[in-house]
Amino acid sequence: MTHAVQLIGLHKSFGDLEVLKGIDLTVEQGQVVCVIGPSGSGKSTLLRCVNLLEQPTAGQVFVHGAELTDIDVDIDAARRRLGMVFQQFNLFGHLSVLDNVTIAQRRVLKRPKREAAEIAMRNLEKVGVAEKAKQYPAQLSGGQQQRVAIARALSMDPAVMLFDEPTSALDPELVGDVLGVMRQLANEGMTMLVVTHEMQFAREVGDAVLFMDEGLVVEQGPPAQVISAPQHERTREFLHRVLNPTHLDEEAAAPQ
Amino acid sequence: MTTDTTVAEAGPTPRARLSPRKRKKISLGIQYALFVVVIAALVLAADWQSIQHVFFNVNEAKKAFPEILTIGMRNTVIYTVSGYVLGFFLGLVVALMRLSDVLPYRIIALFYIEIFRGLPAIVVFVIFGFGVPIAFDDFELPYDPYGTVALALGLVSAAYLAETFRAGIQAVPKGQIEAARSLGMSQTRSTVTVVIPQAIRIVVPPLTNELILLFKDSSLVFAIGFTLGSYELYKFGESLSTQTANSTPLILAGAFYLCLTVPLGYLVRKLEARQKRGRV
Repeated sequence: MTHAVQLIGLHKSFGDLEVLKGIDLTVEQGQVVCVIGPSGSGKSTLLRCVNLLEQPTAGQVFVHGAELTDIDVDIDAARRRLGMVFQQFNLFGHLSVLDNVTIAQRRVLKRPKREAAEIAMRNLEKVGVAEKAKQYPAQLSGGQQQRVAIARALSMDPAVMLFDEPTSALDPELVGDVLGVMRQLANEGMTMLVVTHEMQFAREVGDAVLFMDEGLVVEQGPPAQVISAPQHERTREFLHRVLNPTHLDEEAAAPQ
Repeated sequence: MTTDTTVAEAGPTPRARLSPRKRKKISLGIQYALFVVVIAALVLAADWQSIQHVFFNVNEAKKAFPEILTIGMRNTVIYTVSGYVLGFFLGLVVALMRLSDVLPYRIIALFYIEIFRGLPAIVVFVIFGFGVPIAFDDFELPYDPYGTVALALGLVSAAYLAETFRAGIQAVPKGQIEAARSLGMSQTRSTVTVVIPQAIRIVVPPLTNELILLFKDSSLVFAIGFTLGSYELYKFGESLSTQTANSTPLILAGAFYLCLTVPLGYLVRKLEARQKRGRV
């Protein structure tokens, strides 16, 4: 059986800076894999290597058995199967919400206008922003924009969805709306690779959690293991800092 | 040091003979007085009758109509708009070449911009008006002289517009291209569908400024030299002024330029204010 996503020996350097130092990763069909780790650990770069927004320095990327790193592969065609959601939403500011969701369907998949609009409305309804279809991105809250971005990616019928810290730029009260949509997608069986700082989401929705630090996968396994009973000191330290941000002083004071 | 300051602060505030505010008042008073004196001197010294006769002569002005509008204004608008449209598309192409990954494109674009931005427009016009027809024997652009003028103005304005477009394209956030690519759009498709429409929106105020500049630069096409029917505002006013030894037609031509450029300037300020408020 082919894996939904498979990364083999992935390396990525920016000049002298080696950001990924050999990553192996598989995501099975229907799985939700969450990537956690401190900033600068290479999580986002890893995700961006999956759809080749960043060209890996070495290593291979397979999506449903097809090697994207092969120079003969039509990368534009391959990317259609990989939906991506960005931290900064990246909605097209000059287009209405509906046009944001239909433009790629029409220009890339060559769907007729009416069909594209129907699919767009179905997906906008699914993420709960159908009533904003006529508005422009600047008129929407961050949470609404991010849900439109999810609808935009879903309208291309992707086999895998990539989420790059989708809630990090949101006001705290809006995070729940976006996580709710992502949880719904997971329940419907969407294959998802999620870079996130939302530990609760990773614990409850993730089938597997991957802890990265300094360009390497330190620990991976089911969330019950990685988040609730981490094996490595570095993982424990990170989780402690993330889960108890107000108790750091106590810890520092304790040894004395 | 610290003690010194405390002592100084504790004591009564030292009183200058004139406080800064008083000094400012007096200085302003002097400036207003000077202004009044200069105006009064001008009014008294000027020979109002001859000024009116030379510059604002109603009889001479009447002679300019209606040709100043049906020939001068009409040609100025045709030359400028046709040159601008050509320059717009050529400028966009040059800007894309300037930002291309392909080195020869970048070199060509850079040469083009440096040459046509660096040369005085009048040099280009003279070359087009006299050099090209002689060098290429039977060569004639369609709709002469409109074709020649549009090409000359278009080539010059394209250099400026290319730099404006380049700034706009570079101001479109990188995330926009990434989003487009992640949806399966090719490089070209993302540029056409996502980057260029947003880049143009960003540079609408400077683009309008370029149009104003081109309205004025269109006066230089007199250097191409042609017949009365193709005179634009400046040449029309100038030739009539020479004929009649009276500057009124030129003043009139100037006024019509302002009729074109002042509303455009107002539009630019409006657009800039709108952009400042955040585009919706």
